[in-house]
Amino acid sequence: MPLLKVTIDNVEIEVEAGTTIMNAARQVGGHIVPPAMCYYSKLEGSGGKCRTCLVRVAQGSAKDPRPMPKLVASCRTLVQDGMVVENTTSPEAMDSRQAITEFLLINHPLDCPVCDQAGECHLQDLSYVHGLEETRTVEERRVFKPIDIGDKIKLHMNRCILCYRCVMVADQITDKRVHGVLGRGDHSEISTHIQQAVDNDFSGNMIDVCPVGALTDNTFRFKSRVWFMKPFDANRNCTKCSGKVVLWMKGEELLRVTGRKDKYGELEEFICNDCRFDHKMVTDWTIEGPRAIERHSVISQNHYGKQ
Amino acid sequence: MATQILLKNIDVPGLTDIHVYKGLGGYSALEKALKNFTPDQVTEEVKKSGLRGRGGAGFPTGMKWGFIDKQSEKPRYLVCNYDESEPGTFKDRYIGELNPHQLIEGMIIGSYALGAKSAYIYIRGELFYVIKIIEKAIQEAYKNGLLGNNILGSDYSLDLYCHPGAGAYICGEETALLESLEGKRGNPRIKPPFPAIVGLYDCPTVVNNVETIAALPWIITNGSAAYSAIGIGNSKGTKLISACGHINKPGIYEIELGLPVEEFIYSDEYCGGIINGNKLKAVVAGGSSVPILPAELILKTAAGEPRLMSYESLAEGGFKTGTMMGSGGFIVMDHTTCIVKNLLTFARFYRHESCGQCSPCREGTSWMEKILMRIEGGQGTMKDIDLLVNIAKHVEGNTICPLGDAAAWPVASAILHFREEFEEHVKLQKCPF
Ligand SMILES: Cc1cc2nc3c(=O)[nH]c(=O)nc-3n(C[C@H](O)[C@H](O)[C@H](O)COP(=O)(O)O)c2cc1C
Ligand code: SF4
Ligand code: SF4
Ligand code: FES
Repeated sequence: MPLLKVTIDNVEIEVEAGTTIMNAARQVGGHIVPPAMCYYSKLEGSGGKCRTCLVRVAQGSAKDPRPMPKLVASCRTLVQDGMVVENTTSPEAMDSRQAITEFLLINHPLDCPVCDQAGECHLQDLSYVHGLEETRTVEERRVFKPIDIGDKIKLHMNRCILCYRCVMVADQITDKRVHGVLGRGDHSEISTHIQQAVDNDFSGNMIDVCPVGALTDNTFRFKSRVWFMKPFDANRNCTKCSGKVVLWMKGEELLRVTGRKDKYGELEEFICNDCRFDHKMVTDWTIEGPRAIERHSVISQNHYGKQ
Repeated sequence: MATQILLKNIDVPGLTDIHVYKGLGGYSALEKALKNFTPDQVTEEVKKSGLRGRGGAGFPTGMKWGFIDKQSEKPRYLVCNYDESEPGTFKDRYIGELNPHQLIEGMIIGSYALGAKSAYIYIRGELFYVIKIIEKAIQEAYKNGLLGNNILGSDYSLDLYCHPGAGAYICGEETALLESLEGKRGNPRIKPPFPAIVGLYDCPTVVNNVETIAALPWIITNGSAAYSAIGIGNSKGTKLISACGHINKPGIYEIELGLPVEEFIYSDEYCGGIINGNKLKAVVAGGSSVPILPAELILKTAAGEPRLMSYESLAEGGFKTGTMMGSGGFIVMDHTTCIVKNLLTFARFYRHESCGQCSPCREGTSWMEKILMRIEGGQGTMKDIDLLVNIAKHVEGNTICPLGDAAAWPVASAILHFREEFEEHVKLQKCPF
């Protein structure tokens, strides 16, 4: 199949037909990649919701060079041959990204100091780049009580940005779907409806796909800030998943097990709950070596080779 | 008296009964379509009639049918959008309640044109009394050989179902409607693909409004030329307008497109003027989603031309000085109306009805409502007014479905045309009304 030519922020690349603008940009990497708060390449049908990845299409295609009338979600818009896309080079796209960041924050509790996600939170990263310096809202934020969904996962609905990733994990990765979105609009919430336990082999992946601190690991809760830990790649023989994980160590102590995330914060592979929650002894694992950490903010501050 | 296409026999007692409907010539259009026309010829007639979708966007119906993927091996569907939930719009319910067979006849004709074997009427759940009427009418149509196998002895067969929704405004958005019809949460889908290619159960689908479909029998009986002879410019035929607010005669009227707005408001045939002889202040001409216009601009365009009830004339002047035909919900406000309070009511509606999928709409609608609540409650600041404009600007055009726009336009237009009233609320620290 002939490749399609697309220009993103003046960088020209050729990609296969059926590639989205987002994935075309990811093939190049760097600043031309729009931020993704809801898209997750491993989850079918994800994306299109948060609108942080909106870009301007200055030229639709070689055949039809008209610009697209509205900004488009780069994670859900397919590349056409001869398309010209503006991400950071479009003031309009940057303005709307700032607005979207603000929208995501107006109901966010900003409780980073007590949030386990701090340091590896995509909303923190997004606000750092696109946030306003001052808040323009004086309204009360919506509040929900934190609830346990199952004994291993804590839901802080206040922090949720409704990206639907965890819903898709439940739908696509676990064998029995037990949670979803209840209600509508600003009053919608992630829920298990009757707070029925989320209990199946792969549910823990919801924690890893959650871009914010809405879903956190009860077995790790308040044990450490992420930047005080050292991540190691490790593996074990597992019958349910690949057994390839990251161990988060503080000194000699193994505090947390997660999947391995790539530079876009996406899991390379989903791991099972056995590995994640039930093997907290270093001796359970074969350690491969220190995990290379990239942009992910403060974690990389202390140590190790950078990706 | 304007030509009556949709409401012609509406006052005939017992019209919901199939025999009464047939006695008035009902189902003869279907017979004509099945005997004299191929499906493509029906589509052609609808194209030539100039009929446009009455659900809000005014998209040409025949052209929409033309997009359907007829090469696909998959089944095709016609779905009737009977979710009618826009504040100010209450026209569709009238058709189903009083003349259900006209809708059913239209559904069969449309399904025949599209080659659909199954068709659905998706109706909002609160209309439970209408659902009963429609279901009874569907049963009658089956008994009379008008639905089911080999309709009227032809080789065309169709099953028609009436499916109640759970009463969410968002399920009127066509892709949310399809999700809901499939038994899922009614979240709008990300487009493209459009329903004509990937619709109900991933099959090619046309979604049309009740009023659009109810016009089909007349077009087949009387011909496309007769239909397109009514109206003006690209606004052909008749349109139901549900008129409400501070008028002497609120109700549902069938107008010929092109009627001057002034005549519609003031003549005794229609709204009969403003109550108590009050002064007209503003009109929301097409359901709560369209921009509000002050009296001077709804009666005359910025160029001083009389404003007409047509897609083009209502839209003249764009966002600055025009509005939209929308779904025909005509809300009239006299000088006693507080624009801010009215806007707050709309904003509350959109906040409540947003599906919450995309961040600008979910967060923007609730933020706008909260600010309006403060302004109306006497706690607003001048900065809040500009903030509202700014929020509306960032919601509009940035969302998955047009509900975001529908929530933003009323805010932006109310402040554009009635800014002093917002400022007065702030200065007085209370509502002046
Ligand atoms: C939030 C929202 C609500 C809508 N509600 C309705 C509705 O209740 N009835 C309707 O016919 N169209 C409604 N529409 C428009 C439909 O999406 C669709 O355009 C229409 O049903 C197409 O029919 P038509 O071509 O006959 O107008 C709505 C659109 C949006 C964005
Ligand atoms: S809980 Fe997390 S993953 Fe789930 S929708 Fe909310 S932010 Fe997304
Ligand atoms: S614009 Fe509003 S209603 Fe439409 S998909 Fe987005 S959140 Fe849902
Ligand atoms: S990442 Fe594209 S809309 Fe969320």
